[in-house]
Amino acid sequence: MAASPHGSPIETVRKVADLARLDLADAEEEALALQFASILEHFQVLARLDVSGVEGMLGASRVDDVLREDLPRPSLPAGEMLRNAPAHTADFYSVPKTVGTAGGEM
Amino acid sequence: MSTTQEKVGIGVVSEKTGVRWIPVIGLEVHCQLDTRTKLFCGCEYRFGAPPNSLTCPRCTGQPGALPVLNREALALAVRTALALGAEVAPWSKFDRKNYFYCDLPKGYQISQYDRPFCTGGGITLPSGKRVRLTRIHLEEDAGKAIHDRGDTTLVDLNRSSVPLIESVTEADLESPQEAYDYLTALKEILQYIGASRCDMEKGELRCDVNVSVHREGEPWGAKVEVKNVNSFRFVQQALEHEIARQIEACESGDPSRYPVQETRLFDGGKGVTRTMRTKESAHDYRYFAEPDLPPVHVDAAFLEKQRSFLPEMPALRRERYQKEMGLSPYDAGVLVADRALADFFEMAARVSKKPKECANWITNEVLRAFAEPEIGVKSVDEMLMKPADLAEMVDLIHRGVIHNNAGRQLLRAMMRTGKPAEVLVEEMGLAQVQDTGQIESWCREALAGKDKIVADVKAGKPNAINALLGPVMKASGGKANPQAVRETLLRLIEKM
Amino acid sequence: MSALHELDATALRNSIQKGERSVRETILETFARVDALDPPLHMFLNTQRGEALSRAAELDQRLAAGERPGPLFGVPVALKANMCLAGVETNCGSRILGGYRPPYTATFVQRLLDAGAIVVGMTNMDEFAMGSSSENSAFGPTRNPWDPSRTPGGSSSGSAVAVAAGIVPIALGSDTGGSVRQPAALCGIYGFKPTYGRVSRYGLVAFGSSLDQVSPFARSVRDIELAMAVLSGADENDSTCFDEPPLQPEQPADPGSLAGIRIGVPKEYFPAVLAGGVRERCEAALARLSELGAELVEVSLPHTDYAIPTYYVVATAEASSNLARYDGVRYGLRVEGDGSLQGMFAATREKGFGPEVKRRILLGTYVLSAGYYDAWYGRALKVRALLARDFERVFEKVDVVVGPTSPTAAFKLGEKADDPVAMYLCDILTTPVSLAGIPGLSVPVGFVEEGGKKLPVGMQIAGPWKGDARVLRVARAYEIASEYHKAAPPMATLAPPRNPAAAKNASTGEGATRGARA
Repeated sequence: MAASPHGSPIETVRKVADLARLDLADAEEEALALQFASILEHFQVLARLDVSGVEGMLGASRVDDVLREDLPRPSLPAGEMLRNAPAHTADFYSVPKTVGTAGGEM
Repeated sequence: MSTTQEKVGIGVVSEKTGVRWIPVIGLEVHCQLDTRTKLFCGCEYRFGAPPNSLTCPRCTGQPGALPVLNREALALAVRTALALGAEVAPWSKFDRKNYFYCDLPKGYQISQYDRPFCTGGGITLPSGKRVRLTRIHLEEDAGKAIHDRGDTTLVDLNRSSVPLIESVTEADLESPQEAYDYLTALKEILQYIGASRCDMEKGELRCDVNVSVHREGEPWGAKVEVKNVNSFRFVQQALEHEIARQIEACESGDPSRYPVQETRLFDGGKGVTRTMRTKESAHDYRYFAEPDLPPVHVDAAFLEKQRSFLPEMPALRRERYQKEMGLSPYDAGVLVADRALADFFEMAARVSKKPKECANWITNEVLRAFAEPEIGVKSVDEMLMKPADLAEMVDLIHRGVIHNNAGRQLLRAMMRTGKPAEVLVEEMGLAQVQDTGQIESWCREALAGKDKIVADVKAGKPNAINALLGPVMKASGGKANPQAVRETLLRLIEKM
Repeated sequence: MSALHELDATALRNSIQKGERSVRETILETFARVDALDPPLHMFLNTQRGEALSRAAELDQRLAAGERPGPLFGVPVALKANMCLAGVETNCGSRILGGYRPPYTATFVQRLLDAGAIVVGMTNMDEFAMGSSSENSAFGPTRNPWDPSRTPGGSSSGSAVAVAAGIVPIALGSDTGGSVRQPAALCGIYGFKPTYGRVSRYGLVAFGSSLDQVSPFARSVRDIELAMAVLSGADENDSTCFDEPPLQPEQPADPGSLAGIRIGVPKEYFPAVLAGGVRERCEAALARLSELGAELVEVSLPHTDYAIPTYYVVATAEASSNLARYDGVRYGLRVEGDGSLQGMFAATREKGFGPEVKRRILLGTYVLSAGYYDAWYGRALKVRALLARDFERVFEKVDVVVGPTSPTAAFKLGEKADDPVAMYLCDILTTPVSLAGIPGLSVPVGFVEEGGKKLPVGMQIAGPWKGDARVLRVARAYEIASEYHKAAPPMATLAPPRNPAAAKNASTGEGATRGARA
């Protein structure tokens, strides 16, 4: 598949699923790999279009420079925010034990 | 390990092999901007507040909530760029940095990738060395994951979306000491311009260190990143350890031990670094332009406005205090280290035209008084005394209206009450007594029965009179002019 | 007095204001229709009966106390289940957000409430607005009231059907690549996607942030205008929302005339794949527009064929990031997995998302990933610019462009469910407008007949950036000259007898049939 020179469609799906934190079942991986290949095949038309010299469009908003004054607005009580949490301990969200660091993408 | 090398000149000479190794060091410093509210929402942030008490739909990543940029954060960031001599981009944009972690509520951090708001700039160290900056960008902080309480990890999102500026140096630093000096200078500047308080205890300044070593004249070695080193002393220690470790590994002759590009964590307790991860390739942040935030333009007017808020930078100020005002390097250093103190000094010096005296009073008595509990004032900000009052006091002493000792009392009263010097001199009766009759009467009392002293003076030892000065001053309550007392005593003895 | 389902919002509000019916009667009748029609059509994921009735009582009191009623006073409305109303479950048609009650209210929802509207409930949708048929809802499909074996279109399926079946006169959907215009076409009603930035997105659960717009459904153009006047306008909570007052309709001397209006007909919008009946109905509508005085001009939008891949690359890239927050930490579903944190994320997302959402997250992750960004995402942004430029050039010459909304009328449920590419092609005529960020309205222009059932056809009128009012003016002229918007699906009139309490003022009807203007 031209769209994924670095591996088979199933390897691509596996790698991308890992990045996207989707724990796909084997059968699902296979089905998705096929669809993925077909979708990308269909989208190959993009590669054939000459876009040299074109500046990418970052968004449809033509608004610029929206800034907010540094004025406090009331926060919501912890209880209200935690009400939707699947698990919490006192006023903390609680998740499976992990080691990490601040800003700790691991 | 750090004791096995001897440091001479540039780089580190290995004791084992005699080879000179050159460390290459770069720093990435995150500083919390001193705004009232977060970067993208109106929540305030206070270190140590109850968990999850300072959050809202935006900073907890509720579905449908959108970021709105804090103008003051941009202003402080631009001010920082100007203070560091960096180039402010005419426009910049925000990008999403995508990764999964429990303290990152949106699943991405809003940061800046290919259009940071500023590039270039740098800091000149006291040694004269120039450390260049690659870029500075604005980003939001993550929340806090707490791993050491109970069997689950706890998440507090109070810190989520607090504004940070990340400054990245070129790999210009060559020793742990230079890294320390750089951080000290950076912190001083950020505090000076009011961009950040840089309180490391509160995590307001956090540092990642990049370091590699190579033999003189050879290509650079593999870059090791040491994460979250949270004090300047630790930066120095982590670098010393890491440089020694890398040299030792390079010289081990065992290719499996050669330094590799990796991320390590510093263990402050043991003073060592350890591997955190080696799979750099597993990182793919998938940066793309944040569609919820339009581009930001910094026009000339905004730039000039921020420039107008910039104070004189500390290094220049120290130099000026010494060259133009004649202060000692020590006094200049003490004053400049605290911007508020230096500002106070300058205003007082301007009024009194006696900068050295003003500096002396501030670096000695004012700082000493901050430590005295009965004064109840611990910083310039809390102090009620105005610069003009200090100037007035210096003038009163200079004119002989009050004595130095009375000055110490007066100064503390001014710091406590904020009343003008003249009012307090009156209220406290601090003015020196100029009435010669009164002084003469105190002197006569002191001379009574002191025949030995009288004899000594008459015998040509005028310094013997010093023993009488104390009792006279005491009798006057410190208000007698010591010069007048001395003259009076001499005159009386002469007549005896 | 007209039956509730025969009134548009404007007529209903006037009727309440005149005292012909109370708000309470209106709401009781609305829920009577919900009880009769929701089980067969499956429009709502939840209804807010208690809250609606207590609010109705409050509004009746306020009216009695002489309060000046707001523009949507007493009007029942439905919200797509990706909109935030504090305390009311908003699950986006997904298991992963099951039970989620937002702690805040969307700006546009608050504006509806401030205008006097009453929220009936949250409507069914393709999961996270990804789909064109409602078949991607985790809670089962919504059915087309014109033929319940067919799709109503999507993703704003429940809201479209709630309006088409006469439950509510106005409902909100969200349109990212056609999710309001396409179901409006398939259900025979109006669906308007405003210029990107016209309506605040604060409180709309994001799918493709640079494309999403809150968009109303209605049975008359004046109701679309009324809804837009309430919904639009600056909002400090959304940095992409432009700083303009609410949308004001154009007031031509003769609303029925299109003299002086130039209408572009893009040749690319009548492709070979267009179903025969759809082409015929749209050509007839163009002929009618011409009769009304408009000048038809053939134009070209040469990059139209690239819109589908461009749209899917851009929208899925944004979605892959927007949907990263569903990780089982702060809200919604959590599945523990292997006991690790990252394992919990992966297990939660695997169990919580349906197949189409996973497909799109994977696609979006892929096009942003190292080594592929330039070839896919970066390139798509450039093609997006070319698509936008196509429109800018055309709008130098014409006021609006017109073409079919959807290449086909409603298709059978299940017909395309296994073929993602075929499903993506449903959006071929709506995605260019979305990518350019310009306004587009789907207008009912007649019916085709299939299997003995009448199926509605929609025509899209698109205007230049911020040209919303011009689009609506063209639609109004067509509305005056046509009857299609007045047709109700057979099911709508099969509703049970009205609540007896509502019948007592039956003598003084306003006489307005659906959408007719006085």
